[in-house]
Amino acid sequence: MSTKPRVAVFDFADCEGCELQIANLEEEILDLLEIVDIVSFREVMKEHSDEYDIAIVEGSIMRPMDEKRLKYIRSKAKILVALGACATIGGVNKIRNQWMPEEVMKDVYGNAKVKGNELFNVNKTKAVNEVVPVDYYIHGCPIDRDEFKHVITALALGKKPEIPTYPVCVECKKNENVCLFERGMYCLGPITRAGCKAICPTNGSPCEGCRGLVKKAETECVWEVLERYNLSYEDIRRRCTMYNYGRAECGAQ
Amino acid sequence: MTKDFSVHVEHLTRVEGHGNITLDVKNGTIEKIQWSVVEAPRFFEAMLRGQQYNELRAITSRICGICSIGHSLASLKATEDALNVSISEQTQLLRRLAIHAENMQSHILHIGYLAAPDFLGVGSVFPLLASKHKETVLKIVKLHRLANEMSDLICGRTIHPIRLVVGGFSMVPTKKQLLTLQKRLKESKPVVHDVAKILLSVADAIPQFTRETEYIALSSDDEYALYEGVLNSTDTGRFHEYHNYQLLTNEYVVPQSTAKYTKHNRASYMVGALARFNLNSKQLHPWAQDVAKMFNLKPINYNPFMNTIAQLVEFAHSIDDSIQLIDTLLDRGIKEEKPTKVVVKSGRGVGLVEVPRGLLIHDYTLNSKGYCIKANCIIPTNQNHANIQQDMEKLVPEIINKTPKEIELILEMLVRAYDPCISCSTHYLDVTFK
Repeated sequence: MSTKPRVAVFDFADCEGCELQIANLEEEILDLLEIVDIVSFREVMKEHSDEYDIAIVEGSIMRPMDEKRLKYIRSKAKILVALGACATIGGVNKIRNQWMPEEVMKDVYGNAKVKGNELFNVNKTKAVNEVVPVDYYIHGCPIDRDEFKHVITALALGKKPEIPTYPVCVECKKNENVCLFERGMYCLGPITRAGCKAICPTNGSPCEGCRGLVKKAETECVWEVLERYNLSYEDIRRRCTMYNYGRAECGAQ
Repeated sequence: MTKDFSVHVEHLTRVEGHGNITLDVKNGTIEKIQWSVVEAPRFFEAMLRGQQYNELRAITSRICGICSIGHSLASLKATEDALNVSISEQTQLLRRLAIHAENMQSHILHIGYLAAPDFLGVGSVFPLLASKHKETVLKIVKLHRLANEMSDLICGRTIHPIRLVVGGFSMVPTKKQLLTLQKRLKESKPVVHDVAKILLSVADAIPQFTRETEYIALSSDDEYALYEGVLNSTDTGRFHEYHNYQLLTNEYVVPQSTAKYTKHNRASYMVGALARFNLNSKQLHPWAQDVAKMFNLKPINYNPFMNTIAQLVEFAHSIDDSIQLIDTLLDRGIKEEKPTKVVVKSGRGVGLVEVPRGLLIHDYTLNSKGYCIKANCIIPTNQNHANIQQDMEKLVPEIINKTPKEIELILEMLVRAYDPCISCSTHYLDVTFK
């Protein structure tokens, strides 16, 4: 590519932690600026342009007004990248999908008069690909900074980024951790997509499944793990609520 | 001067979350001034319904990317209060370090990346990299990195901490790691001093505006309160009944905002670094007090734009206090210890902490099996929204003769000075589950 691709970052409903992870690249942002032009990034810059090649979209989609904005962004972008769990799988925001939007509205806003106010017109939570086509995914809650660099560098060079398809256990083993099941904990590592360097188990906490399920779980291995620790498939389904609620793969909805 | 103009800032930049500013002036008369929060509501309290006590921390951490450590600590304190769980001295010390780490990373992010471009007349830090200010930006980056690496070391990760669990830590840093951190904190002091001097050289860009208001923060007899303290107000003094915090916060809904507003003794109050400084500045470490003196910052300061300077003062305090906390930890000897064992029971717990943007409260009611049946979170930025609105109403008539572009910039700077965390602030009210 002769000219640098123009990159724009957008956010919807989320904690903006994944955008912050970009700022947390610190000096390494300077390397990225060598290969891309950042033309819009509301959280850190006032400048804005509607002319961009790559749109990086963070957050999940809650309201008709947000769907409209997302469709506009899609229409402008050659490549759309979903950034972080809220965008890739709906994130923790999907926990509320087990109730009707009207019900959570009433729970949180009580009897406040918000009917007909589009700010409060809320649908069920959607991941970005439930509204517009997504070209690439950067998984995690929050994203891993190195993976972000890898994806953006690959796209800037016109290449396809490589995202792991194997489970977190592979990375956990590389870190030589004692398996958390052995320590009496329950971990979603066997069914969760890797790429996070198994950061949670390495810090003594179970994997919560923020990167979504592996595309094709090695069912035999999963059954073996479950059998070895005397657990049922039901246990897995129950533990998936934080990130995978509503995913057909985990049996809910 | 008679004139017609409008200022409409949609999705204000360099803040966290989506907020709009509207100003309509006709024939020189202000027809409308409005600060509104248009962020999509996320319903966190509803999400906590039916979640087990040990999952509440990980979920509520996701309220905010910038203050996820603060949310984690408020959540743990509320959970531990509900379950009568006491924590060890080591856990207490490490949590205090964690709060300093977050305060430092959040404050320097705001001072350097979000606010400073206004003082230097640019739209973001990026153009500064190609200017004479490159060295300054690199100094800020260095401090930001240090604060983030400190968070990583204590919490396992800067954003959405991993090691903070009910009753303690899932893993603790080693003696060697703490010593290295302490050495780096000491080495960073001249860098902080340089950044302070640079800020001082552009400090006349800080608007001279004052409006008397109420300030609320935690206060403690023992120290500059961040992790622990009692509710305190510049208007009404100390309030010890923390389970009845609603008597201070009084949330209400306004149509222009998916985030709720609060008020106490007046139409609005302010929380955050300036509120803490105004209430507790005598307890700052001497070096932090020197930094305050450089900017002539004295309590009670009624200029909301000075919040950014109060953050710089707190940054210096956090460095010195962290150095001291590490000494205490090393003196008593850091060791692996299991989190306190939890006996599940029903109960209600409230956790209060001071996070970068101010007072944060989590309030949970658990059933006898340890599942959450009711939750309430009061976010700092919620508490500041009404104060931002009141400031705008006083500020605009004072600057009405400036050009619309200048007015727009000053209003943006005002909101940014509060360092609002808008995505945090949406969606909060007392929730009762049937």
